[in-house]
Parts: sequence; C-alpha cells; structure tokens
Amino acid sequence: MSGKTLYDKVWDAHLVGQRADGQSMVYIDRHLLHEVTSPQAFEGLKLAGRKPWRIDANLATPDHNVPTDNRAAGLDGITDLIAREQVVTLDNNCREYGITQFDILDPRQGIVHVIGPEQGATLPGMTIVCGDSHTSTHGAFAALAQGIGTSDVEHVLATQCLVQQKAGNFTVQVDGQLPELVSAKDLVLAIIGAIGTAGATGHTIEYRGSAISALSMEGRMTLCNMSIEAGARAGMVGVDDTTLAYLKGRPFAPSGSLWDQAEAYWRTLVSDADAQFDRQLVLDAASLVPQITWGTSPEMVIGVDAAAPDPRAAADAQEADGIERALTYMGLSANQPISGVSLDRVFIGSCTNSRIEDLRVVASVVSGKKVAKNIKQALIVPGSGLVKAQAEAEGLADIFVAAGFDWRAAGCSMCLAMNPDRLQPEERCASTSNRNFEGRQGHAGRTHLVSPAMAAAAAIAGHFVDVREVA
Amino acid sequence: MKPFTEITGQVLPLDRANVDTDQIIPKQFLKSIRRTGFGDNLFDGWRFLDEGSIGQTPNERRLNHEFVLNDSRYQDAQILLARENFGCGSSREHAVWALLEYGIRVVIAPSFADIFFSNCFKNGLLPIVLKENIIEKLFELASREQAVDLTVDLPGQRVVLPDQETVLFDIDPNRKHSLINGLDDIGLTLAESERISTFEAGYRQRMPWLFREAEAAAAATFSNTGDSE
Ligand code: SF4
Repeated sequence: MSGKTLYDKVWDAHLVGQRADGQSMVYIDRHLLHEVTSPQAFEGLKLAGRKPWRIDANLATPDHNVPTDNRAAGLDGITDLIAREQVVTLDNNCREYGITQFDILDPRQGIVHVIGPEQGATLPGMTIVCGDSHTSTHGAFAALAQGIGTSDVEHVLATQCLVQQKAGNFTVQVDGQLPELVSAKDLVLAIIGAIGTAGATGHTIEYRGSAISALSMEGRMTLCNMSIEAGARAGMVGVDDTTLAYLKGRPFAPSGSLWDQAEAYWRTLVSDADAQFDRQLVLDAASLVPQITWGTSPEMVIGVDAAAPDPRAAADAQEADGIERALTYMGLSANQPISGVSLDRVFIGSCTNSRIEDLRVVASVVSGKKVAKNIKQALIVPGSGLVKAQAEAEGLADIFVAAGFDWRAAGCSMCLAMNPDRLQPEERCASTSNRNFEGRQGHAGRTHLVSPAMAAAAAIAGHFVDVREVA
Repeated sequence: MKPFTEITGQVLPLDRANVDTDQIIPKQFLKSIRRTGFGDNLFDGWRFLDEGSIGQTPNERRLNHEFVLNDSRYQDAQILLARENFGCGSSREHAVWALLEYGIRVVIAPSFADIFFSNCFKNGLLPIVLKENIIEKLFELASREQAVDLTVDLPGQRVVLPDQETVLFDIDPNRKHSLINGLDDIGLTLAESERISTFEAGYRQRMPWLFREAEAAAAATFSNTGDSE
C-alpha cells in the first residue's frame, strides 16, 4: 500500500465518520468569521433555535466593508449605512454568543486571512473554514483550509462539522531558485496560467519542491491564497522549520510542553515519500519572469516581456470570443506588448499581498523615488493593524508617504471595492490582489494582477515595466 | 429547503465560459444581512448599462438589450444553460440565492466550480453536468427563434428534450435524496451529535493544544515581528 499525502493525513485525523446518508463528516478546528457572509448564518441558527457547538473555535473580524481612512472614528467612520449595519450585526452576534472578535477599533483587526496566521490561530494540521474562498491561504501551515458558503457557515456553527466528499490529490512540484524580484505571486500566476482557472477543480493542491521550501511563510501564504483561482478549494505546504519558526510565540499558539507535544505531531505533517498523487504539474522556478494578467480571468496571464494574445491564433471560436471580449473590456489590442501599458491607479494590498514582507519589497523598490504624475492614486493597504504598526515602526510607511503613496488602515479595500476605495469606469489599475474579474475593483474598472514589486515599479514608472530593470 | 422533484421550464442560454460569482451577483449587493432581495441584481453588470446600487428596482435602470437575460424570448426561464467552470471565484452563496430568486431552478453546464456546486445543493438549486456535445445541442436548440422547454426529472435523473430525446445525468445519491425530500442538512448532522461528541473528546486527548483558545484570546496584544526566519 502506498503512503499518505499531507491532505490524506489531515483529512483522516478529522474524519468523524459517515452520516446516515453516507456523507463524510469532517471535524472543524477553526472557524473564521467576517461581516459579509455570516449574518444570514447567525440568523438561520437563531430561527432554528440552535446554539453554536464550540464557541472557542470561532474567531471574527470585520474586513470587507471597513473604510481604510478615518478609522479612529470606529463605526461612525463607516458612511455607507448598509455596510455599517453589516459590521454592527457582526459585533452584535459576537457579543451575543461570546465569540472572540477583533472589532473595527482593535489594533489586531485586519483581513481575516492575515490575522489568523499572525495570531497563531492558524496551526499545522488544523481544519479551517471561513465563508470566504481565500481561506485556502491558511494551507501554507499544512492546515486543510477551505472556503465555504453561508449555509455551511451555519452548519459549522451548529455542528462543528463540514459535510463533504474527499477531493483528489494534485501536486505542484517547483524546483530551482526563483530569480531575484520574482516572487511567490509570479509563481502562482504562472501556475494558473499553465493549468487554467478550472485546472485543479475537485482537487487539493500540495506545493512541493526546493523552490517552495525556500519560500518564507508570507510567500507560501500568497501561493496557497490563489489556489482557489486554479480551481482548488485548498492548497497546502508541508511543515518544516520555517513553519515552526513563524509560529513560535504567537498568542494563540501553544507554548512550553504543549508546544513540544504539538511539534512532535506537526513534524509528521508532510506527504510520505511513496504517497501517490492523482495529478501533477512540474515547474522550474529559475526560468520564471514577472507575470501580469492582461484579461478578465486570472488565467489570462503573460510574462512582462510578452504581448496580449491575438484572438485569430485561438484554438477554437469559443476561445477566440473569450479573448476578444476580454481585450475589449480591458481596452487593449491584440498583440499589444504589456510592458509600457499606462496606468491610472495602483493598489497594493489584499489577503494575497499585504503582509510585512510584501511591504518591505515595495519600500525597497520605491525608496527615494516618486509616484509618476499620471497615477491618480497609489494606495497601500496593510493586511492588519499589526502589519500597519510594524511597517510604521520599521520606517516603511515614511518611505511610502514620501514617494507619494496613500498609506491606509487595514482591510480588503480595493481588492473588491465594497468600501469607498474603488476604480472609476475604464480606469486601469496594477493590483496585488487575486481577481481581475469584470467590475471587481469598481464598475467597468480594469484590473491587472501583479506582484508587489511589479506594482511598486509600475507606480514609479506610470506604466508596466520589468521591476528588474528599474530596481 | 424547497424539495425538488421534476420541472418543465424554459431554457436561458448563457454562452460564456468561466462565469464567476462576481458576475452572478456583484459585490455591492452583498452588504445585505438578509437572504432575499438579490434576484433583481442577478448578472447586474451585464444586464444593465448603469452601475446598480442596493435598493433600486429594475425599471429605474438602463437595460443592456444585448444581454440574453433581457431577450424577450427568455422571460420565463427556469433552466440556465451555461459553459464550463460556471460559478468560479468567490464563495458567496448570494450567487445561488440570486439565481433562485430570479426563478432559476436548474443550471446545466459541462462543469462547475466546487464551492458554487456545493452551495447549490444547500438551497435546492439543481446543478447538472452534461457532456459537451449535449451542451452544444442544447445551445443550438435554445438559441432558435422560439425558446424551448426542457423537462428535468430528478428521481429519474433525466433531461427530456423537446424532440423527446432523453439524456441521463449523474448525481451523488445522497445529494439527490436530500434534494428530493428537501431535507435539513444541519438536522441530518445533528442527528449524529453523539458521535461528534465522542470524536471531539478523543480528539481533545490527542491534540490538547487545540483546546486552549479561550485562554489565549485573553492574552495581551501580541507585538508582530512578521519575521519568518
Ligand atoms: S482581501 Fe480580497 S480576496 Fe481577500 S478576503 Fe478580502 S475581499 Fe476577499
């Protein structure tokens, strides 16, 4: 019999058993909540007269709707009354049930996928769910972390279990060394470009190989974050010294003898040498160049040295139609080189790239330089209040402000533009977020996904440019 | 949940691949704390020329007559015909609520994104996977001058075309059973409460470090170093 994959191990450790109807019940260790997908779940719970199963498994924070300026005003700073009602509803639900929440005024507030790891509330071997598809981020810690819908939020609150079928095993093996200023973001965009946005549907991805081992936890989180853009509900990386070093001393992580006990278990959270995967993709990190999306799906991605595609070269009529539509929406022409395309705004933030390491890279690129005149706004939104405080302590914030960036408070911000930060119609944006769907950053807005280094270089140049030529 | 057995309804052909949940229901409508009120904003960015905001009614808006939802042929649609990877992107269940509220009970596509697919079953929306060649034929039929009706028979796992051709589809037997009977998913799991409690007790023994959050949450604010070395 062949060995187990990391996914098999975490799945098996949480399998409660089969329900009467034959479906698998998976025990959930950590449930993260935010204001947008939880109100209807709490309401459903109340209407059915049910109670949460295990309060201490839950951790909540408002992130999607919160404004990124005027934060000292707390709730009063939310001028959109409908958004405010949602944030207040989360406050009320957390208070009523005794759920720990980092509320809008808490210095630990931030994007739910940034604060989990930062607090050590994300631990190896955990099953983690959240009513948000980018829950996959937490897989960087060898956790099985999946996004769920609101009915499942209610289900997990009530039963501490998720009912699902086991997915397949997909391994992405990346060896070699990433060139300088080419990052985990470029790597994951290239992976999505290679397999498509449905490439890993029905599978859990495990990222392996020397290039993955060499990544920091921040880099691994970026990689796992966008697994959902490759169709996988979860992405994972096995435990190693980097994982443990990151977690040690964090508030929700164990300490003393409990840490030792946990560590002994965590060390087993890697795929066995003889584990079998259903599918695999092999990539060489050394040959990677910075990536930029040209279209309206994350799979519409090219290297910085390449040009937008030509629909006439498409494989079939349907693909040609898709390319044509995306080019029109994006205001690009066939065969137009991406480098040199002029920009209106720059957004550095989101659960993909708003951690301290991302901000350090940005600071290194923009230090002593100025944002180009044609850029209407260059926004930097840290992933959490603690990232913000640290960036200020390290002097990064001063560098950003001196260069002409807007330095904001933590939240999702222009990643999905539910708060006031957004693109105007036809404005073009270099963004470190994860989705370039039509209208994602504002009605008729045009989003290009890039790494923090590439976004920083674009802000300075006013157009896309290979960061390696200007840094 | 509304039980699903059999429907006969009009087909709405949406000829685009990779339709994401941001298109099915754009984010400005997610601010609601209710489960209803999304149907008027289904495919909002494609359906209207102006940018919509919460609380508007469709007759205050400028319709995009190019978009299939506004085609007079398809005003009674109950079955949405789509291309591959339908429902990709965000986990928002609001996408399923919007489809149902608009009147859609079945989505037929060659493939679906995982989270959307499972959200459908929680709400009584039936997602059916059919082979590309059948999908092609359905698009051809549905795009004719006269809209067509299909019959979807869940107990028999069949789709019946206007020419009486019958196409069988696969569905997980448990999910089928739940849909037909409109079962309460949470109730089904809570019926296993004892097993969950037993598992939890053993698990607590094996992994005690996972059961100390209350204590940790009370801990003082942690100063973030962000270093992962
Ligand atoms: S930052 Fe963007 S992708 Fe991440 S949780 Fe917020 S809205 Fe979702």
